[in-house]
Amino acid sequence: MIELHDVRKRFGQQVVLDGVDFTVQDGETVALLGPSGCGKSVLLKHVVGLIRQDAGTVVVDGMDVAHLKRDALRRLRSTIGYVFQNGALFDSMNVFENVRLGITNEDQFRDMDYCRERVARCLKLVNLTQDTAEKYPAQLSGGMRKRVGISRAIAGTPKYLLYDEPTSGLDPVNADIIDDLVKSLAAELGVTSVMVTHDVRGAMRVADRLALLTSGRIVQQGTPKEFMESTVPEVREFLERDFGNLNFAA
Amino acid sequence: MTSPTSSFDIRRPLGRFVLGGLAHVGRVSLLVFEIFRGLAEWRVWLPRTIEEAANIGLGSLPIILLVAGFAGAVTALQTGYQFTGNIPYYVAGSLIVESVVLELGPVLTGLILAGRIGARYAAELGTMRVTEQIDALETLGRSPASHLVIPRVLAGIVMIPILTIIANITGVLSGWIAVQQVMPVTNHDFEYGARIFWHPFDAWYSVIKGFAFAVCITVVSCYFGFSTEQGAEGVGKSTTSAVVASCVMILLLDTVLAKLLLK
Repeated sequence: MIELHDVRKRFGQQVVLDGVDFTVQDGETVALLGPSGCGKSVLLKHVVGLIRQDAGTVVVDGMDVAHLKRDALRRLRSTIGYVFQNGALFDSMNVFENVRLGITNEDQFRDMDYCRERVARCLKLVNLTQDTAEKYPAQLSGGMRKRVGISRAIAGTPKYLLYDEPTSGLDPVNADIIDDLVKSLAAELGVTSVMVTHDVRGAMRVADRLALLTSGRIVQQGTPKEFMESTVPEVREFLERDFGNLNFAA
Repeated sequence: MTSPTSSFDIRRPLGRFVLGGLAHVGRVSLLVFEIFRGLAEWRVWLPRTIEEAANIGLGSLPIILLVAGFAGAVTALQTGYQFTGNIPYYVAGSLIVESVVLELGPVLTGLILAGRIGARYAAELGTMRVTEQIDALETLGRSPASHLVIPRVLAGIVMIPILTIIANITGVLSGWIAVQQVMPVTNHDFEYGARIFWHPFDAWYSVIKGFAFAVCITVVSCYFGFSTEQGAEGVGKSTTSAVVASCVMILLLDTVLAKLLLK
């Protein structure tokens, strides 16, 4: 379970998170919505310990992330797959090496037979063919890079998958493919997923629950249906940006 | 005296400068600490170090040969220009050899490599930082120090002293050839002059300088690369800062080492 209690974070004078309370139950897929620059990615980075909060607590699997020792944090991270906005693939490595790096168990990482088999399986799970393994990130399209990024995130058989804007910069067809992938991976691997996005349509299709982050706070959490019926002004305003006039909730 | 309420108070920028400097020192110390801690993961850094060392060595060799060759030749030509009166010709040999080995070889190699390797390291790591590749390594539970910093620092520490030795040999040989074009110096004169003021420590001093410059170039450029912020502009800034800081540090170290070691 992922729990954030009263998390506060500021960069200089800019308050990014202003008392965020947010919980993700095991097995859930939660979409964290919000306008660009509202701190969604910052929140996600707190979960994996890339950013430390100024106040509040971030607890994953009962462990306070900010107070974990180096080795404990490393062990925790090996249970979390993180999909970066632009893939964050290592330019100097081919796809095989990139995905292999996601195998967090050191014994398995050194076993090349296991690695070949695991990388092939992960690429297949994200609908990439075997010949992709030899390519370098520069030779891939945006959608393929994201899929390789997902493939690397699942290579270590994580318990949690965190997606940072997995569909941003993609055309609607590729965005739908990635959304379907998020959904199918959650079902096939049984992982707990948190997807940061500003694409409401995609979030509605994929998530069990949605949360809206705006002005540094979570202003609404609930199922897609509850979200569509919400009377919270920030939620209405945000949904109308994507859907226009909201008379289709039924 | 400037009052604290006047429009420009020198204490403010001075304080900011000092605090900024101390913050850099603190962060560099943390990076060095991470480097030592990461040394235990030799399986990760060893293959990358070999690759990086080959890259630095072979890639830098042509420019080092060119610059050292010209530096030796120019030293010889200027020696010929300045030699008047009763100065024995063999002195040219000692002057060229000592100038190249004690100063020109290591310092020019350091400055060139600060531009070549320092800029490359800072730009590579800076791009990795802004494209979240370094964050990705951390989320995969892997140490950025073992994967990215140690191979670069160790490759520099091994290769830069070797390149310094090559620069010294090239500079001396080109100086030897060039001086014979402007002065009636025989091979025997040159050799005699080179030997007469030579101390075996001079060669060690040159290598020690190469080693010190290597640590400075690699650590400083990796530090600036790691500290990159804000996209392409940030990468440009950290690359420039890495080269400028490395060059200034090389000149500072050059002075400090001369004072400490040449007695």
